[in-house]
Amino acid sequence: MRIVVDLNRCEGYAQCAFLAPDVFTMHGEEALMYTPHAGDAQREHVMRAAAACPVQAILVDQRDDQADEPAAQREAEAHVR
Amino acid sequence: MSVDELSRAFRQHGRIVIVGASLAGLRAAETLREEGFTGSLTMIGDEPQEPYDRPPLSKQVLLGHMPADATPLPRRRALDAQWRLGVAATGLDLTGRQVRLADGEEVPFDRLLIATGTRARPWVKEAEADLDGVFVLRTSDDAARLNRRLTARPRRVLIVGAGFTGSEIASACRERGLEVTVAERGPAPLVGALGGVIGAVAAELQREHGVDLRCGITVTALEGDSAGRLTCAHLSDGTVLDVDVAVIALGAMRNTEWLAGSGVAAGPRGVACDAGCRAFDIHGIVTDDIFVAGDVARSPHPLFGYQFLSLEHWGNAVTQAEVAAHNMISSGPDRLPYLWVPAFWSAQFGVNIKSTGVPTMGDKLMITQGSLAEHRFTVAYGFQGRVIAAVAFDQARWLDFYRRLIETAAPFPLEFANVDRRPEGLRAVPSEFPDPSLPSHGPTVTLSGYSPSDRKVTFTPARM
Ligand SMILES: Cc1cc2nc3c(=O)[nH]c(=O)nc-3n(C[C@H](O)[C@H](O)[C@H](O)COP(=O)(O)OP(=O)(O)OC[C@H]3O[C@@H](n4cnc5c(N)ncnc54)[C@H](O)[C@@H]3O)c2cc1C
Ligand code: SF4
Repeated sequence: MRIVVDLNRCEGYAQCAFLAPDVFTMHGEEALMYTPHAGDAQREHVMRAAAACPVQAILVDQRDDQADEPAAQREAEAHVR
Repeated sequence: MSVDELSRAFRQHGRIVIVGASLAGLRAAETLREEGFTGSLTMIGDEPQEPYDRPPLSKQVLLGHMPADATPLPRRRALDAQWRLGVAATGLDLTGRQVRLADGEEVPFDRLLIATGTRARPWVKEAEADLDGVFVLRTSDDAARLNRRLTARPRRVLIVGAGFTGSEIASACRERGLEVTVAERGPAPLVGALGGVIGAVAAELQREHGVDLRCGITVTALEGDSAGRLTCAHLSDGTVLDVDVAVIALGAMRNTEWLAGSGVAAGPRGVACDAGCRAFDIHGIVTDDIFVAGDVARSPHPLFGYQFLSLEHWGNAVTQAEVAAHNMISSGPDRLPYLWVPAFWSAQFGVNIKSTGVPTMGDKLMITQGSLAEHRFTVAYGFQGRVIAAVAFDQARWLDFYRRLIETAAPFPLEFANVDRRPEGLRAVPSEFPDPSLPSHGPTVTLSGYSPSDRKVTFTPARM
C-alpha cells in the first residue's frame, strides 16, 4: 500500500507512530519519517493511524485493488489503442 | 449554446491533456475526475515511472531506509486516463491546439495543463559533470544511483551548494557515518531561503553534526583520473580536496524549453499565469484554455503585493493543481483564485524546519518563541510593518497561528514579543538576506517580478 503524509499539515503529534510504529517513526524531536510503500500486512495499522491523525495529514491509497502493481501500467494497458 | 451549456458539454465530452505526470499532474487529474469531468484525459510524462513523491528521495531513500523506486504516490481515486509515459512533449501548437510528442505524435486537446516542473541544475562544465562520481538529485533514478554509491562507502562526499536539498543530503550522509564537505558560496547554509540570521543556526547544526562546512567558497573545478572517475575538487581558496563523490545541489531549472516559440509566456522563470492558473501569452493576455500548476508556474499573489511568486514546494504543487483543475472545468464566477499561503518543510540533522509565507520578502525578523541557541525557535519575518512569513525549527505546531497573522496582515514588530520572555526576541533585527545580485544557492520561494513577461528579477534566484 502507498502512503503519503502532507508534512505541511503534520504537527508531529506522533499518534501515527504509536499506532503503526513499523511505518511511521519520529526522527529527532518532531520530524516524521515514514515508509511510503508499506506491505499490505500493515494496512490495518496504517488505516488506524490515518484515522487517528489529528490534522488528517495521512493519505493512503483509496483503491483496494491497487495492491502493489503499478497502476499507471495497468491503466495504460487498458487503453492500448 | 449558452456559456452554461458549453461548460456542461465540455465537462462531459471535452479533451484535457496534462503534460508532466508528477505530483501536480496527478493531483490535477484526480481533482478533474472528483469534480465530475467525464471527458477524455491524457497524461503525458517523460519519466517512465508512474507519478512518485520526491521529498523522501533526499531523506528516507538516502538514509538507506527504503529503495528509490518505493515512493509511488497514492491515488485518491481511479483516473481512467490515457497514459503516455516515457515520452516528452516537445512542442505546443496554440492555434491548432495540439501537443507534439518526441515520438512525432500529435495529441489534440481542448484544454491543457502545463505541469512540467523543474529539473536539477547540472554542473556548469559538461565534461566534469560527466565524471563518474558526480551526481545531481531530482529523480528517483538520481536517488537510486546516489544511494548505490553512498552504500559503497566513499571516502568523502562533496556537496556543492547548501540549499535545502544540499543540506538534506549532507545530513543523510552524516547519519550514515560518511565524511562530508559542504561548499557554499554564500555566507551560510539556507541563507538564500531564510537569511543570514537563521542561516547561522543552520551552519551550527551542520558543524555540530560533523559536516566540514566551508562557506564563502566556490568549487572551481572537478577533476577525474584517466578512467573518468572523480578524484578531487578544486576550491576557490586554493584547496584541493580528495573526494570520490560530488553532489551538485545548485537548485533547479524550470522545464519550459518545450514551450519555446509557442506564444505562451514561458521562460527560465517559469510559465506566468493569472491568479486562476491560466497561462499568459507573450503579449500579457491571458489564454483561456492553457493552465499551469506546480514548480513550473509563477503566479501573482495578492497577499504579497501581486508579485509573481515561483514556489518549488510540495504543498504548492498539490494546492495549485487542485485550483487549476477546478478552473479548467468551471466558468466565470465559479472559478477560484489561487490564494494559498506558501508553506514548506525540510528535515535535516534531526530538526524539523517549517516555513509559512514568503521569508525572502522579510527584511526584518524577530525570534518570537524559543531560542536560536537551542536550535528550537519560531521566527517571524516582517516587511513594511506587517508579518510576511514565519519559520519554525522544531516548533511546527505554532505555524498555523502565524499563517493567520500573515493572512490578516498583522502588524510587525509583533506585540506579543517573545512569549517566552527570552532576550533574543525583544526586538526586530535585519534578517540578513544576501545581496540578491550575489549568486549563491537558490531560495525555493522566488519573487519573480510584476508582469507576465517581466525579465527583470527583483529577487534573483541566486545560484552559484
Ligand atoms: C530531493 C527533493 C526533495 C524535496 N523535498 C521537499 C520537501 O522536503 N518539502 C517540500 O515542500 N518540497 C520538497 N521538494 C519539492 C517537491 O518535490 C516539488 O515541489 C514537487 O515535486 C513539484 O511537483 P511538480 O509536479 O510541479 O513538478 P515535478 O515533480 O518536477 O514534475 C514534473 C514532471 O514533468 C516531467 N516533464 C518535464 N518536462 C516534460 C516534457 N517536456 N514532457 C513531458 N514531461 C515532462 C518531469 O520529468 C516530471 O516528471 C523536494 C524535491 C526534491 C527533488
Ligand atoms: S499523527 Fe498526524 S500530525 Fe501526528 S505525527 Fe502522524 S502525521 Fe503528523
